[in-house]
Amino acid sequence: MSKVVKSIKEVVALAGLKDGMTVSFHHHLRNGDFVLNMVMEEIASQGLKDINVNASSLFDVHTPLLEHIENGVVTGISADYIAAGLGRAISKGIMEKPVQFRTHGGRPSDIVQGRTPIDVAFIAAPTADTMGNCSGKYGPSACGSLGYAFADAMFAKKVVVITDNLVPYPMQDFSISEDWVDYVVPVEAIGNPKGIVSGTTQITRDPVGLVMASHAAQVIAHSGLLKDGFSFQTGAGGASLAAAKFLKDIMMEKGIQGSFGMGGITGYLVDMLQAGCFRSLLDVQCFDLKAVESIRTDPRHKEISAMQYASPTSRSAAVDSLDVVILGATEIDTDFNVNVHTDSNGFIMGGSGGHSDTAAGAKLSMIIAPMFRARLPIVTDRVTCVSTPGSDIDVLVTQGGIAVNPKNVELTQQLKAAGLPIVDIHELKEKTERITGTPRKLPKGDRVVAEVIGRNGNLQDVIYNVP
Amino acid sequence: MKIVRSASAGTMESSDAYIEIEPATGLEIQLESVVQQQFGQEIRSAVEEMLRENGVEDASVRIIDRGALECVIRARVETAILRGKGEN
Repeated sequence: MSKVVKSIKEVVALAGLKDGMTVSFHHHLRNGDFVLNMVMEEIASQGLKDINVNASSLFDVHTPLLEHIENGVVTGISADYIAAGLGRAISKGIMEKPVQFRTHGGRPSDIVQGRTPIDVAFIAAPTADTMGNCSGKYGPSACGSLGYAFADAMFAKKVVVITDNLVPYPMQDFSISEDWVDYVVPVEAIGNPKGIVSGTTQITRDPVGLVMASHAAQVIAHSGLLKDGFSFQTGAGGASLAAAKFLKDIMMEKGIQGSFGMGGITGYLVDMLQAGCFRSLLDVQCFDLKAVESIRTDPRHKEISAMQYASPTSRSAAVDSLDVVILGATEIDTDFNVNVHTDSNGFIMGGSGGHSDTAAGAKLSMIIAPMFRARLPIVTDRVTCVSTPGSDIDVLVTQGGIAVNPKNVELTQQLKAAGLPIVDIHELKEKTERITGTPRKLPKGDRVVAEVIGRNGNLQDVIYNVP
Repeated sequence: MKIVRSASAGTMESSDAYIEIEPATGLEIQLESVVQQQFGQEIRSAVEEMLRENGVEDASVRIIDRGALECVIRARVETAILRGKGEN
């Protein structure tokens, strides 16, 4: 038998795609991805309508989707994260049916539980063999981990692997195995390597960012969690990376060996692994070339699926073993609810990704954010959108002080005893508004453009159109 | 103070403001801001106040605000006025 199909055009017909069906995509090729656009263009040109797109994330490279929405080809979108370009159009009300946001753990959970069935999953594979064994670690479009694609591959009715590096059967060191794969389609290029992984992500040199990062590292150092076996996740933002750098210095100085670093993996976490700060890295997605190189060559650097990473219905998920996570926020309110879905004008420009999952799992979830960005205070009375509930957030670190969620009585005492600048979050809000002024509230739209589904499947919040 | 030549101050960087001032008859203020809805009125009155304090009654002023704090806007406007004023 042969699974190799000549073109995407043929595979769309072979896979039995019909009006009203659901197709799925994963986002490891990030803003360099060609696969979603190639597939959707073929679906459109075959005259299919009313297609539901379930993607782990959507980037601005995917703006051709807007045309498919206008033409009725695409009528439903589910994603864990939607970048600002597409998000703006959605906030303007381009879709009739609200977009469904999930978390990186909630998405595979719903796929596994059969709540969001997928008819055809398209796997962008940097290397695949003729039977569909595939991996992200090798090939000209290497992206490292394929973590988000596992649930799609295991539970979709049909699975199509699209690759630009077809190798003889069997390839070694595959991630997704042939028993889940129906078709393999070789194409010229699955993505633009420049958009897939960045070079070296730089840590911040901004003095405000460095103050925040240093506070963040001190909070971790005095939390009681920083000891042998410590586990840690951080985002790829400049200040978060600087915090990781300060944390590394403390761990090296005290000779602490942690158990694992996790997440979207950057070169900085690879440095920590190589310096002996962790025994292993658990990797659901690689952010830079150094991470890709590491997952390919270092057996301590392990690819994990999104189910293992964060699913609330897995028998266990790695987020539940996490000690500390550093996260970002566009807004946080005085109840510690965090918004990462919309910008200060209410336009969609992101999504939870793993934010809610890691915040729920980690013993200490820390938000690191400046007191204000472009004159807009970070702390508000009520966030525009609850991306992660305040009950899962422990600490907010800013350059103007550290606010601890009042539920953490003991932590507050520990940090005060360590001489850290602890402030009440209400005071922090007032202090900020004395510098910026108090912003006027924005008019809210009257139509729901997106539903934010919490990691446990609950409707956590809705996002309104921007009038 | 009389504005006799076109002058500018500031940058288009985030958290800064870029101000252009030109000779004109009467006062004309044009404001473009990323925080127009949240702080538009405050920015406008800060600019008007700086013009008044410096005795500028005739000028065309254009502000492109990238989310600057009010102290920054005042400083940028004052610099633009000083750069555009006549020798006296």
